Amino acid sequence: MVEIRPAVAVNPAERAGYVDPPPRMGFFTDTSLCIGCKACEVACKEWNLVPVSGLDLLGMSYDNTGALTANSWRHVAFVEQSRPVGWQASAPLAGTPTGAPVGVATAETGAGTVVDTGTDPGVPSAPDPAPAGRMVDGTQFLGMPGTELPGRGDRGGRADLRWLMMSDVCKHCTNAACLDVCPTGSLFRTEFGTVVVQEDICNGCGYCIPACPYGVIDQRRGDGRAWKCTLCYDRTKSGRTPACAQACPTESIQYGELDELRERARARVERLHADGMPEARLYGHDPTDGVGGDGAFFLLLDEPEVYGLPPDPVVTTRDLPRMWRWAGAAALTMAAAAVAAFVGRPS
Amino acid sequence: MTGRGLPGEPLGERFRQFRARLEQPNGGGLRRGARRGGSAGPGLVAGEPRPVPPAGFASYYGRPILKAPVWRHDIPAYLFTGGLAAGTALLAAGADLTGRPALRRSGRLVALGAVAASTYFLINDLGRPARFHHMLRVAKPTSPMSMGTWILAAFGPAAGLAAVSEAAPLLPRHGVSGLARRLLPVTGRAAGLAAAVTAPALATYTGVLLADTAMPAWHDAHPDLPFLFAGSALVAGAGAGLVAAPVGQAGPARRLVVAGAVVETLAEHRISRLGLTGEPYRVGPGGRMLRSSRLLLAVGTAGALLGRRSRVLSVLSGAALLASSVLTRFGVFEAGVVSARDPKYTVVPQRERLERQASTSAGGPAAAPGG
Repeated sequence: MVEIRPAVAVNPAERAGYVDPPPRMGFFTDTSLCIGCKACEVACKEWNLVPVSGLDLLGMSYDNTGALTANSWRHVAFVEQSRPVGWQASAPLAGTPTGAPVGVATAETGAGTVVDTGTDPGVPSAPDPAPAGRMVDGTQFLGMPGTELPGRGDRGGRADLRWLMMSDVCKHCTNAACLDVCPTGSLFRTEFGTVVVQEDICNGCGYCIPACPYGVIDQRRGDGRAWKCTLCYDRTKSGRTPACAQACPTESIQYGELDELRERARARVERLHADGMPEARLYGHDPTDGVGGDGAFFLLLDEPEVYGLPPDPVVTTRDLPRMWRWAGAAALTMAAAAVAAFVGRPS
Repeated sequence: MTGRGLPGEPLGERFRQFRARLEQPNGGGLRRGARRGGSAGPGLVAGEPRPVPPAGFASYYGRPILKAPVWRHDIPAYLFTGGLAAGTALLAAGADLTGRPALRRSGRLVALGAVAASTYFLINDLGRPARFHHMLRVAKPTSPMSMGTWILAAFGPAAGLAAVSEAAPLLPRHGVSGLARRLLPVTGRAAGLAAAVTAPALATYTGVLLADTAMPAWHDAHPDLPFLFAGSALVAGAGAGLVAAPVGQAGPARRLVVAGAVVETLAEHRISRLGLTGEPYRVGPGGRMLRSSRLLLAVGTAGALLGRRSRVLSVLSGAALLASSVLTRFGVFEAGVVSARDPKYTVVPQRERLERQASTSAGGPAAAPGG
């Protein structure tokens, strides 16, 4: 069962000093409805005038975007897995390939490609292809690997396939590390509880980029500034739906008041469980998680890391008071050492 | 920073090669079965044992989850120059109060040079250098970079004034410049003391600057990085003192070398005991730099202690200590970048944390992951 505890939820806009702000707005991205059309990516680029992010084939299923970058504020992930959806098992069909699928080898090859997104760090290649294989095969060791060539041989059953698609976006965290560490005040909290970069203030210091626990924000090369999803601040201000949610043909991306979205998500995941998809789970919905809950949360059909999401993200500034105390102790140690070096025995 | 790409190669080429390999009898060796079966895999690197991550962690096409810093080499260079400025400012203030003019003069001049270099590095690394002054719009305790800006804004002018006061003896004795000649040493002492008071903050906030990120190697070392940088700053400052001051006045610098080396070594020892997220400090480019840094620190400290009467030995050991501090900063920086580029350092510790939480809250073993 999915539990939502609204009692602990805080409105980050109120905490940021807005008096009587409008309800917190957000996205609920239901990946069980995503068909991978990428209308969200296109609509976002068109509305927000986001530059081209490299036209190339990455070999990552239909994902040729690679990751969220300064030039891609929505990113549709595609994972081809050799397992059935929910309870559905397909019977072997005459003339169709049987045996082990090529998915693992394909994914491991896709791990090594690069594309010039015009941003830094952009979409780096994988240091090791093995986790890409486990993305397809699952993280459990399922037995001895077959001796047959991938895609060859007959094991008496047709290889099953499920195709995971997920439109990733900035999470608009309740406790946003990017906003906390920004030294210019360029990143700010809007009255809707979202997190936005002011492009006329950002001086490209780059601190938000390693601070983000989701690896969302990125620097545009040549321009020098950091860019990410604004949850279409201009549209939300005038009461309109953000471009991606407006363009989504299956309502996989739902925009609305966060409280209502959380309720809708709870009902949806219960429905999926009842329909025989026990793998459905919510991600980023819990206000007690390491970032205080996300303004943009997801319904996933596998572990978060399969989609490129951290399994248990924590806002780094949660430990900041402790860090300052350690630094204070180190500074005092340094001062004491200097005093001791001079008041010690005369040289 | 696009990782290990193959520039110039059309992307379709990789797939053509892949398809061609599938036609070969054994798959062309494409499947690195050993890696997936849980045997050697990454195994031994540079002859050092690595903690082996749990057999099955997945990541989206094996790609990094976090974004590595876009900071260029300006930032580790600044970590060094900032520490050097802090160390020499402390040394100069002590020398001023205990009557060691040569040590004071060299300390103040090095501090000014280092703080000027720091400012250059920090501005040069910005994506929009012309907007450097936007840093002065706010003062945010939640942003170590904002705090550092203000620490540097307090330290820089004080260190600069102290260094300028060293020009007093060069001024004519009469008239307005004569007045300046008499006032400058007093002003210089006040400025030098002000710089010395802010110096420990300048040297240690950079530890928080790195730790206050999602980079696993940096964040998990957050109790130790300020101490590591404090020690490294003392070593660098004292090393500069050994290079620049005559042996007769360098006694405090020698003692400071020992103090700094002890602090730095203890902090490094604690970092080396971190689990998986401490690995980038032990292997790879970061590990190599930190090993060289430790070697130079040992050599430099020994030279500083043995060379009490030898100017040549003092200069050589001072240079070794400065080089050690440079390598410490670049090694720590590299370790953080490496920990972002490999999803292992993100996924495995977070998975383990979740499993610990699940087992404590459920009072039993964690439920098996997977759908």
